[in-house]
Amino acid sequence: MSGSLTFDSSSAAFFGGVRSAFMSVFFLVLAGTYVGLGALAHDFGLSIYWLTLSTMLVWAAPAQVILISGIGTGAALIEVALAITLSAIRLFPMVVALLPLVRTRDTRLRDLILPTHFTSVSMWVESLRLLPMLEPERRAAFCNGLSVGYMGAAIGFGFVGYYLAAGLPSLLAATLLFLTPLSFLISTARNARMMMDRLALGFGLVLGALLTILHVDFDLMWAGIGGGTLAYVIHRVREAAT
Amino acid sequence: MSGAVADLWPFLVLITVGFLPNEIWRALGLVLARGLNEDSQVVMWSRAVATATLAGVIAKLLLFSSGSLAAIPLGVRLGAAAIGFVAFLLAKRSVFAGVAIGEVALLAGGYLFAR
Repeated sequence: MSGSLTFDSSSAAFFGGVRSAFMSVFFLVLAGTYVGLGALAHDFGLSIYWLTLSTMLVWAAPAQVILISGIGTGAALIEVALAITLSAIRLFPMVVALLPLVRTRDTRLRDLILPTHFTSVSMWVESLRLLPMLEPERRAAFCNGLSVGYMGAAIGFGFVGYYLAAGLPSLLAATLLFLTPLSFLISTARNARMMMDRLALGFGLVLGALLTILHVDFDLMWAGIGGGTLAYVIHRVREAAT
Repeated sequence: MSGAVADLWPFLVLITVGFLPNEIWRALGLVLARGLNEDSQVVMWSRAVATATLAGVIAKLLLFSSGSLAAIPLGVRLGAAAIGFVAFLLAKRSVFAGVAIGEVALLAGGYLFAR
């Protein structure tokens, strides 16, 4: 897509956003992730209403995976909450980078609450790509439409995975469950453009595996803080050397 | 635990353990959006920590799989993830190609090495 996107009204911008959601590559990533999450929720005995509500409220696939597998395996709830809050730190810089694009001089704080809640990897990447092509007054509506499109698709694919997992032979059910780690791994690698992001991904994989095998408490927290800080320090040292 | 409490328990956990610890960072972003730019050091560090945490989740899901996926041998799960990743790199960083080929590899490996 090139040039500018113009809409006559806010509702036209909203539906333009919904249409963009269905045409983007993230539609497929969401399909993979949420079919997998649906299968996972079914496997751990959670209801489809619970899964749908968690998609609407949490709206972050990594946090939902931690939550579902935490409840399912009976992990300590404080540890689950800590792992979720650590996985969610990335939402903070995303919101900080997104809102200046959505905001105009007349925007009230409450008009920013929805775009803030909707912020997630897929919506953020597409918003940063598409919003600069729109007039500032239409951006919030477009952004909300884009997000509603993604969220609606995620809820629908959650249903698909949930009911497929119930009736599938076990090998096919296993491939559905495999979609979650596989699509996370590959879409995270795709988003990692800087060396620091790639290092963080690699260190996190190795540390996460080691700490899990050694049954260290709070393994995810240490993998995140340790792997992330190491990647950040190497990035700073390399930057200082050039 | 009574029936009603047992039914509501997962929803209570969803709000307190899932929704609130996650949403706090979005709310914080909304409040502090003015002061920071995308390249500031705090933002860089938190992005690295977030990426490494997500990677830890991936490693955990691959090593200690649940449900039907646990019946697939560990070597097949790791091999299929590696094949999917290489396919992603070879196919000009196409997420779709990587996921599709990784899934096919798991299906084939699971069929050949089923326990």
